[in-house]
Amino acid sequence: MKLSVLVNEGPYQHQSADSAIQFTTAALKKGHEIFRVFFYHDGVNNGTRFAVPPKDDRNITEQWTALSKEYNLDLVICIAAAQRRGILDENEAKRQGKDGHNMADGFRISGLGQLIEAGIQSDRLVIFGD
Amino acid sequence: MAEPWEDDELEGPVRKFMYVNRRAPYGTIYALESLEVVLIAAAFEQDVTLVFMDDGVYQIKKEQNTEAIGVKNFSPTYRALEGYDVEKLYVERESLQSRGLTVEDLIVPVQIVDKDQLAELMEEQEVILSF
Repeated sequence: MKLSVLVNEGPYQHQSADSAIQFTTAALKKGHEIFRVFFYHDGVNNGTRFAVPPKDDRNITEQWTALSKEYNLDLVICIAAAQRRGILDENEAKRQGKDGHNMADGFRISGLGQLIEAGIQSDRLVIFGD
Repeated sequence: MAEPWEDDELEGPVRKFMYVNRRAPYGTIYALESLEVVLIAAAFEQDVTLVFMDDGVYQIKKEQNTEAIGVKNFSPTYRALEGYDVEKLYVERESLQSRGLTVEDLIVPVQIVDKDQLAELMEEQEVILSF
């Protein structure tokens, strides 16, 4: 089955991101296709490489990056939601005149159209949020 | 003339999208960012249905004044939906009544449906996004 995943909450405060990673991993291992993972609302905070959780805890962003590398996953962060919350890639930082960028490897920034396209192209859109 | 690859991007099946708005307009950002999705989605010419239920009915209440909380009042944007051909707006009856509201209190024309009708509408959808 062709699936897409929408992540609507940030890491650690809510379980949504963990559940999304676990679901995505399980689906891929079963041989399903993940068309896209889209991050919206506080979900965009999954994509910051500046988070430094305690060493004895999981690193959610690194889990996404690793998953993206292993399966060539398309991890898309909503630009409008990201701008509000200070998640920037190199281009966006330059464009907005900011002195740094924090987007982690494996993620890319794009528009909400990518979410709609995921809804159109996938057999199921599976949503993780409160 | 559109290039073939541009054409490809616009092609694809029209799907039935439903946006379920369940939260108050202020206090969290869900309502505002839901509306942003609906507006972008309208450009994709899909079959769009909006539902307002639970505290979500407050999103389309008339005469919102946000001055004292220092947040932008985005409720006029709901009136623009018609211009994007988003015309299927449903409000769940009990949510409206239990909050002491009637259709007269709403800024946009809506159809009132009960829970069973709403369940049927949901059955018909292909993609449901709940905010």
